[in-house]
Amino acid sequence: MRILLVEDDAEVARFVKKGLAEAGHTVEHAPNGRDGLFMAASESFDVLVLDRMLPGGVDGVRLVETLRGQGNRTPVLFLSALNAVDERVKGLKAGGDDYLTKPFAFAELLARVEALGRRPAAEVPTTRLKVADLELDLLSRTVTRAGKKIDVQPREFRLLEHLMRHAGQVVTRTMLLEKVWDYHFDPQTNVIDVHVSRLRHKLDKGFEKPLIHTVRNAGYMIRAD
Amino acid sequence: MVLWWNTAGALDRQVEASIRADATALVERRRAGDIGALVSAIEDRLALDVANEALYLLLGPDNRRLAGNLSAWPVEASGEQPWMRIPLERDGAMTEARLLRVDLGDGHRLLVGRDVAEKLRLRALLSEGIAWAASASAGLAVLGAWLLRRALENRLRPVYRTAAAVASGDLSPRVPLTERGDEFDKLGATMNAMLDRIAQLMEGVRGVSDAIAHDLRTPIARARAKLEEAQASAEDEAALRAAIEQGIADLDGIARVFQAVLRIAEVEAGARRAAFRPTDLSPMLADVAELYGASAEAHDQHLVAEIPERLPLVGDRDLLGQALVNLLDNALKFTPEGGTVRLAARLGPDAVEIAVSDDGPGMPEADRRRAGERFFRADSARSTPGSGLGLSLVRAVAALHAGEVLLTDTHPGAERPGLTVTLRLPSA
Repeated sequence: MRILLVEDDAEVARFVKKGLAEAGHTVEHAPNGRDGLFMAASESFDVLVLDRMLPGGVDGVRLVETLRGQGNRTPVLFLSALNAVDERVKGLKAGGDDYLTKPFAFAELLARVEALGRRPAAEVPTTRLKVADLELDLLSRTVTRAGKKIDVQPREFRLLEHLMRHAGQVVTRTMLLEKVWDYHFDPQTNVIDVHVSRLRHKLDKGFEKPLIHTVRNAGYMIRAD
Repeated sequence: MVLWWNTAGALDRQVEASIRADATALVERRRAGDIGALVSAIEDRLALDVANEALYLLLGPDNRRLAGNLSAWPVEASGEQPWMRIPLERDGAMTEARLLRVDLGDGHRLLVGRDVAEKLRLRALLSEGIAWAASASAGLAVLGAWLLRRALENRLRPVYRTAAAVASGDLSPRVPLTERGDEFDKLGATMNAMLDRIAQLMEGVRGVSDAIAHDLRTPIARARAKLEEAQASAEDEAALRAAIEQGIADLDGIARVFQAVLRIAEVEAGARRAAFRPTDLSPMLADVAELYGASAEAHDQHLVAEIPERLPLVGDRDLLGQALVNLLDNALKFTPEGGTVRLAARLGPDAVEIAVSDDGPGMPEADRRRAGERFFRADSARSTPGSGLGLSLVRAVAALHAGEVLLTDTHPGAERPGLTVTLRLPSA
């Protein structure tokens, strides 16, 4: 993916750029809002990663508003040291697609960037999701593995759906909390792990190959191999 | 002034009207009869005039005086205007006369008038009276204003003394209130409420800096020590990696505490009231119960939820959710294996009550009062993980929603009484 990073802190920029490059992405970097806006408007990117507060008169929110005003729909991830909930809402209202608070784990950033970049261009209505021999029918809301029906609770169904829509990508615990539970607060124990392991138990019982994998220090991934 | 104008004007108008009526009547008399009739009419009138105010002068074509009590035709009476006002000497005294000239057409000329000295005296008296009244009321007004001002100053002095003291940096003084309950007391009470709020906010800021100074330094020091130790004496790369990983985990923990402290300060400052919406808590409670149900089960605990159909209130969904998960986190942490955590919600007549009860060791009376202070951890809780911030956020969230937090025994009198935390919030 081609990613534009607009970040004024040189150290954070270097760290993010290096990490994204190691994950196989091409990264362009702009140190201020003005350059960032120029590059975002004149070139094509898959994802924009913007610091919320930028020098040079154009901050992250202004940048997104300007881009959206021009009809540019490139997905935007905000990075911000501003943690107040209102700030998050402000960022998303301006046209941002996701919001990540500093300090962050790089794995969290990578997972979110990849989720944004690989989002289906138009939400094509799918009725079936398939990973290896696991099938999820969105109409009848049933889960089968190798033809055998597996009973899941509604929440587990949504959890599995989210994982399968992002098959092959890392999904972090906070992403699950936000997307599956719609929580923007922070349960302190690892409640998500219990739900995932319960789901994993149901899916993998009696099968040799596990489908839901734990990615160390990051989150979970469902994939065929 | 208006009074003066009206009264004096009315006097003038009255005189004029009487002169005009008299003159018209005399002209009529002349028209009806000969000049002798007019002369006798004038003489009748003079005889009847007790007040000695009427003035007449009838001159023949040869300027001969035919009747009347004026001795001669005044010079002023030959001017253009029929109405005139002339000084007159009568009975040895100077007086003023208002006169109307009437030409009778056949060379006879008539002057009809009134001696207005009496009226002038009345007018002067009136003016004087009004002048006295005006200066007396002006004097009274000045005195009243001065008294009122002094009274105002006396009543306001405590207010501005307090304001001045606060402005100079001392937040403790409050406006003393009287028993009267008047506007000044209301002003004072409002100011006191404002000062209480400011003091509370300052306290909050101080709390945050205390917390940062005291309770964030410890974990930072710990993380630093571990990293330094690894740098100095890690035996192989694996050990070094493990130490770095631990260091990152410590930093994340510190960031988390930091965030919790900031969040509490934000909630206490009341800044989040902007996010208040009418909400039904029932689905959220069911959700959270389900989220935690799995963890409870994994630890062999039971989570029992009793949630009514509707729990309407106006509030911040995310903050209430955070408060609730903090309570459940705590309850599950202190409940032994096989124990039960109960999440019971109830819709009262004017409040929503959410009670989270555990089977744990409970909390001694003395600790309950301190529970909810930032970083306070009961001695019995020192061995369990946690920052001691959970309940202070719950308290802050409750206060933001004008609610309260109650701590009670789950099983009063039992050896392990357990703890029930009840969050009581005003319902919508």
